[in-house]
Amino acid sequence: MAENVLRMEDVTMQFGGVVAVDGLSLEVDQGEIVALIGPNGAGKTTAFNCVTGVYEPTNGRVSLLGETIVENHPQGKMKAQYKGGEAGKFTQVVSHTPDQITQKGIARTFQNIRLFGALTVFDNVLIAKHMRAKQNFLSATFRLNAKEEKRMREEAMALLAEQDLAQYADEVASSLPYGLQRRLEIARALATEPKLLLLDEPAAGMNPQETQELTDFIKQIRTEYGLTIFMIEHHMDLVMQISDRIYVLDFGKLIAKGTPAEVQNDQRVIEAYLGVADDAEN
Amino acid sequence: MLKEKKSKTGVFIALVCVAVLLAVAIILENTLDPTKNTIFFTVLKKTAVYALVACSMNLLNGFTGLFSLGQAGFMLLGAYTYAILTIPVAQRPAVYYIYNGSAINFSLPELFGGGAVGLILGVLAALILAGVVAAAVAWLIGLPVLRLKSDYLAIATLGFAEIIRAIFQWDALGPVTNGANALKNYPTFSSFNIKGADGAVTVRLSIFVAFLLSAVCIAIILLLINSSYGRAFKAIREDEVAAEAMGINLAKHKRLSFCISSFFAGVGGGLFAMFANQAQAKTFTTAMTYEILLIVVIGGIGSISGSCIAAFLYVACSEWWLRFLDNEITLKSGFKVPLLRNGFRMVVFSIVIMIVVLFFRRGIMGDKELPDLFRKRKNTKAKGGEGNG
Repeated sequence: MAENVLRMEDVTMQFGGVVAVDGLSLEVDQGEIVALIGPNGAGKTTAFNCVTGVYEPTNGRVSLLGETIVENHPQGKMKAQYKGGEAGKFTQVVSHTPDQITQKGIARTFQNIRLFGALTVFDNVLIAKHMRAKQNFLSATFRLNAKEEKRMREEAMALLAEQDLAQYADEVASSLPYGLQRRLEIARALATEPKLLLLDEPAAGMNPQETQELTDFIKQIRTEYGLTIFMIEHHMDLVMQISDRIYVLDFGKLIAKGTPAEVQNDQRVIEAYLGVADDAEN
Repeated sequence: MLKEKKSKTGVFIALVCVAVLLAVAIILENTLDPTKNTIFFTVLKKTAVYALVACSMNLLNGFTGLFSLGQAGFMLLGAYTYAILTIPVAQRPAVYYIYNGSAINFSLPELFGGGAVGLILGVLAALILAGVVAAAVAWLIGLPVLRLKSDYLAIATLGFAEIIRAIFQWDALGPVTNGANALKNYPTFSSFNIKGADGAVTVRLSIFVAFLLSAVCIAIILLLINSSYGRAFKAIREDEVAAEAMGINLAKHKRLSFCISSFFAGVGGGLFAMFANQAQAKTFTTAMTYEILLIVVIGGIGSISGSCIAAFLYVACSEWWLRFLDNEITLKSGFKVPLLRNGFRMVVFSIVIMIVVLFFRRGIMGDKELPDLFRKRKNTKAKGGEGNG
């Protein structure tokens, strides 16, 4: 049995009276590509945000390589309002800011590309190296960290070369074509030296050819960097081609999980995506 | 690798330019007639001070994307710290005559042994302390205030600057701050002029000193901006969420930027006190913050060289070039030029600024620095450094 890289236990996210994610439990093992799919508004991105520290889940636990990185239970006003399950199972409160989570080895990309638009492609990757550099603002200002700076620059350049982005290094990030911006965003995430990479709809807005390229690219970075990848995706071609396992979310609840073939034939998944037969008759 | 080499030649050329500028400052001051060119010299000194403060504001507003309007408040802290620490002990009873002498009875230049060495060391130490005090206060108010975004942050810092001004005029603090009265008789830029045995000035260095101090501080700001931390600041400006996802601690980096910006605003305040020959709380008004904001906007938000150039243009326009508009002119034929009267200068000035803001929205330099312009046009050699000290 491979080691769990990411484990979510009964993660519930409730906004006011709305339960966006309801008791989501899943595991992602070392070296796997796991996809989280579901109709619009199913709570996929919310689940991601709970893992990366953007949101603090209302209840549940998230652990990375056995270390609890997020844990919470309903408190205060939420105690009375809480509608999810498993209340009382978790007693600790562990929370980290997104940058601390990144430090621990989870990197992510965003549904709508969030590059540092006005900066060059090279700087975009270089900024991701800032976190792990051994320096403080005085040593950086007075150039006492020359060795560290040189290492950062070399690594960033090497990474760009590996991702076939080297020829764009001096271009402004926002001027790149869409497909390349996606690729740059992934390259930037890789620069933080993650153990687990979260991709939020990496193929959104891509044409079939770009999607195919992306599929190969994701496979390639998994083997090259020994990564574990957890992604949200709508393009079923891509999902079915590269996922080892798939989790399906609908209205915040997990409705199916398994290999692509299993999920494709799951009655509830088909209903969630196409609507129930009753509706069709009306 | 290529990039690094390019930037190294850029740094070298910038250093040469600054050195040339400083040399020109010495030559100008010692060759031009000081009585006829007072206004020119004043403009140069004020430019040096405003350029530094504008750069410090640019670090925060232009590079970190935090819209703060507390600059005058931090300048006030710096100016008072500098003045209080450097007034000669013998002068204190005269300065603090209302409060029967000062509560602080030492002076840094004298502590360092007096004379030329004491003056230089004392002034430097006082300026650094001026920055440190401003940075420390910035750290404190940053704790609550930096959680705010954009306009809210601007309002909070603006309020802070007003409060600081009121506190320093408070009568109970009189023995330290001299209440609402001015602090004076401390070393100014002119104190650095070298005097002969008979007391007459032999070598004038006041502009040189102003430029040198300002240039050193701006150089440090530039180094910071081009360092790993500067890149992190820019990342925060571009996209906070993405910056945080890249492992940049937002709170820590914002605080750092805010404190460093305030440090240099404090030093700038100290320099302003040296320039103005007196430090008084009522000069550090919101209007001063707006002047500096205007310089930043005209120069280009996110451009250090732009801030320096704009500082010169702004100061020269407001103090010198548009002066003639304030005087009534009657031509030989007896025709009285209409509109020219006291205050008309500010009307024209406002119109000029409106035109700049309407038609050059990105300012003189946009977010480019001087060497960038030459690089694009010529493509061979980077040329030009920082405009004004």
